[in-house]
Amino acid sequence: MTTLIRNRPGVRAWLAANSSGNTGAVIGRGFKVIRNQNWMIIVSGFFEPVFYLLSMGIGLGALIGTVTGPGGHQISYAAYIAPALLATSAMNGAIYDSTWNVFFKLRFAKLYEGMLATSLGPLDVAAGEIFMALFRGLLYAVGFTVVIAAMGLTTSWWALAMIPVALLIALGFAAIGMALTSYFTTFQQMDWINIALLPMFMFSATLFPIEAFPEVVQWFIMTLPLWHGVELMRQLSVGHWDASTAVHLTYFVAMSVLGVAFATRRLRTLFLR
Amino acid sequence: MSVIEATQLTKVYGELRAVDAVSFQVAPGESFGLLGPNGAGKSTAMRMIGGTSLRTSGSLLVNGLDPETHGPEVRASLGVVPQTDNLDTELNARDNLIMYGRYFGLPYSYLRPKAEELLQFAQLTEKATEKVDNLSGGMKRRLTIARALVNEPSVLLLDEPTTGLDPQARHILWDRLFRLKEQGVTLIVTTHFMDEAEQLCDRLLVMDHGQIVAEGSPAALIQQYSTREVLELRFGSDRNAALVERLRGYADSIEALPDRLLLYTADGEAVLARVRADGLDPVTSLVRRASLEDVFLRLTGRSLID
Amino acid sequence: MTEGLDPIGLDFNALAYSGRALSSAHQAQNVQRWGWWYQAEWRLLGMKAYWTSILGSAVLTPLLYVLAMGIGLGALVDSSSGGVEGVPYLTFVAPGLLVATVVMSSVNELTFPVMGGFKWQKLYFARAATAATPSQVAVGELLAVGVRMLAEAALFWIVLVALGAVDPRWSWLMIGIAALAGMAFGAPLASYSATLEDEGFEFSMIQRFVVMPMFLFAGTFYPLDSMPLYLQWIGWISPMWHGTQLSRAVAFGLPLTSWEVAMHLGFLVILLVAGIALTVRNFTRRLSR
Repeated sequence: MTTLIRNRPGVRAWLAANSSGNTGAVIGRGFKVIRNQNWMIIVSGFFEPVFYLLSMGIGLGALIGTVTGPGGHQISYAAYIAPALLATSAMNGAIYDSTWNVFFKLRFAKLYEGMLATSLGPLDVAAGEIFMALFRGLLYAVGFTVVIAAMGLTTSWWALAMIPVALLIALGFAAIGMALTSYFTTFQQMDWINIALLPMFMFSATLFPIEAFPEVVQWFIMTLPLWHGVELMRQLSVGHWDASTAVHLTYFVAMSVLGVAFATRRLRTLFLR
Repeated sequence: MSVIEATQLTKVYGELRAVDAVSFQVAPGESFGLLGPNGAGKSTAMRMIGGTSLRTSGSLLVNGLDPETHGPEVRASLGVVPQTDNLDTELNARDNLIMYGRYFGLPYSYLRPKAEELLQFAQLTEKATEKVDNLSGGMKRRLTIARALVNEPSVLLLDEPTTGLDPQARHILWDRLFRLKEQGVTLIVTTHFMDEAEQLCDRLLVMDHGQIVAEGSPAALIQQYSTREVLELRFGSDRNAALVERLRGYADSIEALPDRLLLYTADGEAVLARVRADGLDPVTSLVRRASLEDVFLRLTGRSLID
Repeated sequence: MTEGLDPIGLDFNALAYSGRALSSAHQAQNVQRWGWWYQAEWRLLGMKAYWTSILGSAVLTPLLYVLAMGIGLGALVDSSSGGVEGVPYLTFVAPGLLVATVVMSSVNELTFPVMGGFKWQKLYFARAATAATPSQVAVGELLAVGVRMLAEAALFWIVLVALGAVDPRWSWLMIGIAALAGMAFGAPLASYSATLEDEGFEFSMIQRFVVMPMFLFAGTFYPLDSMPLYLQWIGWISPMWHGTQLSRAVAFGLPLTSWEVAMHLGFLVILLVAGIALTVRNFTRRLSR
């Protein structure tokens, strides 16, 4: 299939303008930086969802007791929020890497300016950076999944599938984040991303079921990506399937495809001014 | 074949015509300069050559290819030294050279010895494992130039290569660039320093407000737009302007700057003697050879560095 | 061209000798008296650049929290344990959220900006080159942030009252309590920021291992004693918990003995005073070496 695409003249011309096929060098640089970095920085990123889980799971869990989980089964409050925290942390990491991090390297560290003076094209740089974001996401997803399994908060081997799903969630958000970054000119504008993410985190069935809200509000929440991520993770954590599982999965596959297409369209605006 | 062939090259940012229908050619091995004040459009032209800025109209060929449609291929033969150093602050000096070479798809077996050579060239062998942030301004600049050579480019783009360096560091750099030129590397230099343009460039394009105002070798430009010598006179800031009319007959032409008067003439000492004999006593006086600064002043009525 | 004027019509001679400036002695006297305020004024002016995010966080945060905590989480908690400390969950959690938001804003104001004042923009050195003393610079910085916290807390409180999340009668006292707790955390933090020579990862470590645990474990979302004893100490040493307990007392009458009130207040005041003293000392050392 790749050869098929490569042989189409429009695609071939586009690739010639935007890629040297050398994404590997960008990834190589990413790993070199990680190796030189203070390991505490990398490890510390793992703690945030764990702290949330301990605090809310134990403290609020004592006040709440059990909650209705997927398939109508009663599960502990900690087991209810753990998969949601994994989805949220995948989202946050991807958004941070594709907005703040990209913007900083673009406008202040001028890292991409240096890269794009070589035979690398914007596509190589973007693909390499998204790969590195997903790699960090993978480390944290594995760590968190191990923690919640050790705490007995998963009841099915399907919970292992939470790891690739975390990557899928991250890919969708990273692609859209990178496309949005092409519209930004100041750091202040990025505060608005955080302002949009906070309510999404609070209302997407992460800490409590959305049935608490009026039906109209529920319908709105169901259009948001994080809600689909949270519900999907929660179903995987207990190994429960129904028709909605397919909907959630389709939502994220579509979001990733559209996000990558969107980011690709904005690629030259982002890197070449 | 020309290394660079620009025809009616134009870049518009909103209302601003940063580069306005500029046409020029650069031959292989030539040392070509873009001279002009800040904001003249030199850096934008450079970035379009590297394919990192998309042009609004016109055509541009670098080694026969359009950098917009063949960016990666075009840049493989370029070495770019940007106006402000954009070294990778998360890597040390040596890794900056090696990783940069990786971006060109070069193998480690070539890059490891090459990095040592380039460190030597930049006089940074002792600083190889130092983090970039710990290097001085001059060292960073030399590292940036060394980095641009990692792919053995046939064309080197230097955007204000010595701005912000002390005189000694500038001379070291000029020496290094001169040796590259001797080896047949095409140099394209932007600068707002006259001495730099005179030192490095065979041929110059003088730019202002995005347009070409003159073209030629430094010597030819001076000959065409200036006299052999310039007499600079200061009478104190309140008297300079008032004396322009009185001095009109003494020189081929006069430029009045806020702080001094410039008298263009073939023989500065003779004119100075006549001014003194006339009972005018300047606070300071200086006779010097005409420079590109005078060319620019003559062409635009403005000083290059303000 | 007119004599003594440049092309834009500015009289250069008047720049140095207009005779309109105060005498040097007068300038020095003004600064001795008001230098700390000039510094605060300058810092508050700088906040204009990002006043929308200050306003946004002060208004939107309580709005979102009340919706999420009051309707969503509140319904869950109230239905399973009938409220907390004898009041609905929203009433219980609102004072804690106010204090937590104000304390966390001290991190934005007193980490990178303070270090940047020494290392990047070097604005403190510019200040120290005027007639101001280093201690005036230090006090002015803290004062400006204190003013920001009061404003932020007041806005937050107004939103809480408007949404019916707190009873306005005594709860306005929370504005002062939150600012006190914020500065009890912020002043020692500023003194630390003033010692940093290099931007390592100290601030992100503080964010992740001090601020975040404080937010999550210092009794903001539930009473401290619903945690196991080995985690309760995090609350005891957190300005956030002491401020929250006092705020709950004035907001809905959380029963505190006078000894407890004195302990909470004392803890915050001691941290604040020590923090100011250390900030003054560290600014003085750095600006006069």
